[in-house]
Amino acid sequence: MAVRTLDVTAIRRDFPIFETGIAYLDSANTSQRPRQVTGAMLEYFEKFNSNIHRAAYRIAEEATVRYEATREKVRAFINAASTREIVYTRGTTEGINLVAYGWGRKNITQGDLIVLTILDHHSNIVPWQILAAEKGAHIEYVDIDEKGELRQDQFTELLKRGPKLVAFNLISNAMGTINPAREMVAAAKKAGATVLVDGAQSTPHQPVDVRALGCDFYAFSGHKMLGPTGAGILYGRRELLEAMDPFQAGGDMIKTVRVEGTTYHELPWKFEAGTQAIAEVIGLGAAVDYLTDLGMDAVRAHELEITDYAYEALSDVEGLTLFGPPPARRAGVISFALDGIHPHDLATIADRDQVCLRAGHHCAMPLMTRLGVPATARASFYVYTQKEEIDRLVSSIKEAQRIFA
Amino acid sequence: MSADDQFYREYILDHYKNPRNYGRLEHPDISHEEDNPLCGDVVGMDFRIKDGVIDDIRFHGRGCAISQASASLLSERLKGLSLEEAKKINKDDVIGELGIDISPARIKCALLSLKVLKVGAYGLADADEE
Repeated sequence: MAVRTLDVTAIRRDFPIFETGIAYLDSANTSQRPRQVTGAMLEYFEKFNSNIHRAAYRIAEEATVRYEATREKVRAFINAASTREIVYTRGTTEGINLVAYGWGRKNITQGDLIVLTILDHHSNIVPWQILAAEKGAHIEYVDIDEKGELRQDQFTELLKRGPKLVAFNLISNAMGTINPAREMVAAAKKAGATVLVDGAQSTPHQPVDVRALGCDFYAFSGHKMLGPTGAGILYGRRELLEAMDPFQAGGDMIKTVRVEGTTYHELPWKFEAGTQAIAEVIGLGAAVDYLTDLGMDAVRAHELEITDYAYEALSDVEGLTLFGPPPARRAGVISFALDGIHPHDLATIADRDQVCLRAGHHCAMPLMTRLGVPATARASFYVYTQKEEIDRLVSSIKEAQRIFA
Repeated sequence: MSADDQFYREYILDHYKNPRNYGRLEHPDISHEEDNPLCGDVVGMDFRIKDGVIDDIRFHGRGCAISQASASLLSERLKGLSLEEAKKINKDDVIGELGIDISPARIKCALLSLKVLKVGAYGLADADEE
């Protein structure tokens, strides 16, 4: 079946921010949000603003229904078996911390091995470092080759040592590398490891099927996929979630509380203590609807086209070094460096032309160290990105080179 | 675009490309380095002090034009100053010397060399407070 193509002109009309004239090339950081998302949130605030799961009046029922509806949308979006496996979080970071706390503290013990990769984001490194220090476990990192792809030979060797946990990102936020996640998960499971996949960059940009992927945990954020900040998802296989301790304790995560002790609520509410980010979760549901309507195959196809175009255009610039694999094996993320021009200087010059470009370590300092650079400039794309924005980036780069010549 | 030319003024680019007092001193009386992990800027300074006066100074480092030009400009200004005089240099002086509008995102770049001076020479741990 032929993949539909995105009507980018029509899509851009849903995003009022583009009326400002910006070229937004930082979607891997946070995406823009369409009217459908902000509208759904506004509707909650203006028509049925109330707390969920607690009150018997009608608007509170409406709020609860809308809030819970997101769970089914997300379940279908990532093909989980049950909405009980869909836990609301603030984002990827909280999801990973939840697993490190609720699963890790119970299952990781002295001398255990945790395998991560040099491509991982700080949020998939630091929680494990804290856990390892607490438990006396140790961490090994899978390195990359010269193309910026994980060294599978090294991964295979590490698996022979029987790691208790393997955690990696499906797509690198800093370089855009798409990791062969299905094969890696299968190998890690075969070696007896529990597997967490950081889906922060994959969920917004390509079809995701957690059951086909076969991982135990999968975490992602709403704000990188057209949703608001403050709402994200942790998927976990039911039997694992059932066996885990709660992460935060308080209201709504309990069944009964007596002075002598407490029984916890069932899944997924066991992990959702306190008043939740109701508007944000409703907004995330609207974002999932929006992406589902576009079709994730079409989203990926569009980004591949833009990435091809950008890769070619940037390759033609003299004195520019591209990091990472060729377009077919990368997501819509391009990291690069310019001879003699620090990324921050480039970003400042680009900003004068209303081109929003990320410069820095992208919360992946171990990777920057590995690449031997203090920082890179990074352009990243999404459903609304047009070739014209890439052209504007290239002219900002040339302007920077003229100024620094 | 002309706005960029104003931001990256000729003398800032000149100090970036041809930094003054660049390098290391052998046996410095004071040597200190600071970095800005967010952008990877590094600036270090070596001082030779004679009778309470900065007799010689060298800086080294890497990073963006703002951080390196600022360090170069500061090193020129410090040479020959007494430590007492050097102590009086504040962030307004450093930004004034750059002579450009520094956005909040870049202020740490501009002030990194001042932090090196303050922490290195006087041990002021909170020298980067704005």
